[in-house]
Amino acid sequence: MSNIEYHTQMPDDGGHFGPYGGKFVAETLMKPLSDLQQAYTDCRQDQTFFAEFQQDLKHYVGRPTPLYFAERLTKHVGGAKIYLKREDLTHTGAHKINNTIGQALLAKRMGKTRIIAETGAGQHGVATATVAARLGLECVVYMGTQDIARQAINVYRMKLLGATVVPVDSGSKTLKDALNEALRDWVTNVDDTFYILGTVAGPHPYPQMVRDFQAVIGYEAKEQLLELENRLPDLLIACVGGGSNAIGLFYPFLDDEDVAMVGVEAGGKGIDTGLHAAPLCVGKTGVLHGNRTYLMCDEEGQINATHSISAGLDYPGVGPEHALLKDVARVKYTNVNDEEALAAFHDLTHIEGIMPALESSHAIAYANKIAATMDKEQIIIVNLSGRGDKDIHTVAEIDGIKV
Amino acid sequence: MSRISKTLEVLAKNQRKALVPYVTAGDPTIKMSLSIMQTLVKAGADMIELGMPFTDPMAEGPVIQHAHERSLANGTKLRDIFAVVREFRKADDKTPVILMGYLNPIEVMGYDNFANAAARAGVDGVLVVDMPPEEGEALSLHLQQQQLDPIYLISPTTTTQRLALVKKYGRGYHYYVSLKGITGSGKLDTDDVAEHLKSIGEHLSLPICVGFGIRDAESAAAIAKIADGVVIGSALIARMEQFNQDDTALLAEVEHFMSDIRSAL
Repeated sequence: MSNIEYHTQMPDDGGHFGPYGGKFVAETLMKPLSDLQQAYTDCRQDQTFFAEFQQDLKHYVGRPTPLYFAERLTKHVGGAKIYLKREDLTHTGAHKINNTIGQALLAKRMGKTRIIAETGAGQHGVATATVAARLGLECVVYMGTQDIARQAINVYRMKLLGATVVPVDSGSKTLKDALNEALRDWVTNVDDTFYILGTVAGPHPYPQMVRDFQAVIGYEAKEQLLELENRLPDLLIACVGGGSNAIGLFYPFLDDEDVAMVGVEAGGKGIDTGLHAAPLCVGKTGVLHGNRTYLMCDEEGQINATHSISAGLDYPGVGPEHALLKDVARVKYTNVNDEEALAAFHDLTHIEGIMPALESSHAIAYANKIAATMDKEQIIIVNLSGRGDKDIHTVAEIDGIKV
Repeated sequence: MSRISKTLEVLAKNQRKALVPYVTAGDPTIKMSLSIMQTLVKAGADMIELGMPFTDPMAEGPVIQHAHERSLANGTKLRDIFAVVREFRKADDKTPVILMGYLNPIEVMGYDNFANAAARAGVDGVLVVDMPPEEGEALSLHLQQQQLDPIYLISPTTTTQRLALVKKYGRGYHYYVSLKGITGSGKLDTDDVAEHLKSIGEHLSLPICVGFGIRDAESAAAIAKIADGVVIGSALIARMEQFNQDDTALLAEVEHFMSDIRSAL
């Protein structure tokens, strides 16, 4: 635990959120990271950059996404009003596109000709392949072989978009290994390559930059709820893997003291079994993939294999800003297991006609539980970070159905 | 003066270049690590970089990744590595041993505990791949308190401005990464290395050993002409890999390969 206070102007110049974050990479990447930091700092002060970003979000991504009052679900649960921030309705079907649009604009400004990315569920890979196609840039996406097997549709989508999907067969064959491989590619091709990292983890400036690009979720939700209800929400809920959709929703509300926030990690087969992906719930602090944060590792500091029904949450680390928000108790972090997430997937599909991604289903599951304990006048916003089409095979297999 | 500095000083006085092999501790077994280290010295190694395995070695190419995986599958722990160094020291108080690895296992053990244990075992230097000097002050101070040399990497992308940081925290020698890439990469460009070393040398005073992409006697000799030492990892491990089931043959291959390189320097 740190004694430091959190503030929304974080991180510092070195990328630190109190004791977390930083730049823990091999020497060769220090220069490209500082170039990126410089380019991003310039863009942050450049009105035309953000104007272009806003234009793309509006006309290409389809923003603003609706803030939808899930009336039937609210009645079904019987408690607080549940609003869904519909990131599933963006172009490509998940919040990931917000960030890839921003980073692609930056890549263009920096004159890079080649884009690389890591992906777990494939949503970030698809979103990256999409922006690369649009800019006519070469695109290589690294993906663990275990994830390739369970996200076949997204793999094919990336290929249709012209990206090369490189299978990663090392380690646990999931997101963390894809990230290692993307870093290895970048260190080899630093001159012409832009690495579009998909979450608020990794070395500085990624946690800050990805947060800034995703914060559009929360800014919109705030404005929309003020219009609909003329008040702020009581509670925000989002799933947390690396933490990009969660920080995107939370960040614009962090200074609103009366707004509570819960990040929902993947409980997998149950915290007691050790088969989960919930570093903020049970992990210890350490260093992985360029930042200091909460991690799932053993007593020797070796990174544990994680488990989650959702590939996008199957990651042993988490963004450093979340690590500090946990320590200062501004955000509460909990977890939901595979079974509960799956039930929420079916519930939302039946009750509202909205099929959520298995990642987002974790947030829905927790919302259903907590809303029932809350007052009818209270309001919850859940980030419905992505749509569930990509998970149909996983769900069908569990149901014993061959699609 | 540290064992590393003394070794490099004597080599320089005799106009010789340091031969610095890298092997991963616990590969193929922790028991073999001691024999491998002794064989390396016998074949002419001046210092040994001993790798601490990690599940996510992000700067390593496939050869060293596999070495880490084999070692972890054997259950290698930091205390096993300290034990190997302690055994090695019983018969060899001359050859410096540098532990090379990633930060998380050190963080989890605690900087103070790690530096203490390493010093007691007879380790001389520590190189943490994913800890640039910007993040390295605390660990470097702990290491220096125990008379251990913190070794830092310099790469083709290191700016002149940042060399000041490397100079501030680095002790013993600097490790120059010869190319933009991962360990075992095949695109070594000796002229490019020479050019970089020349400009780096104007800002730094410690000896510079060069690694990444040196695969045989020829490339080692070319690098030795321009640097103070040559680090060989992937090429050595790729040879060892072929004899993982046969200890005697493995040691013979290590001796043969390293002697070849030694005589080329």
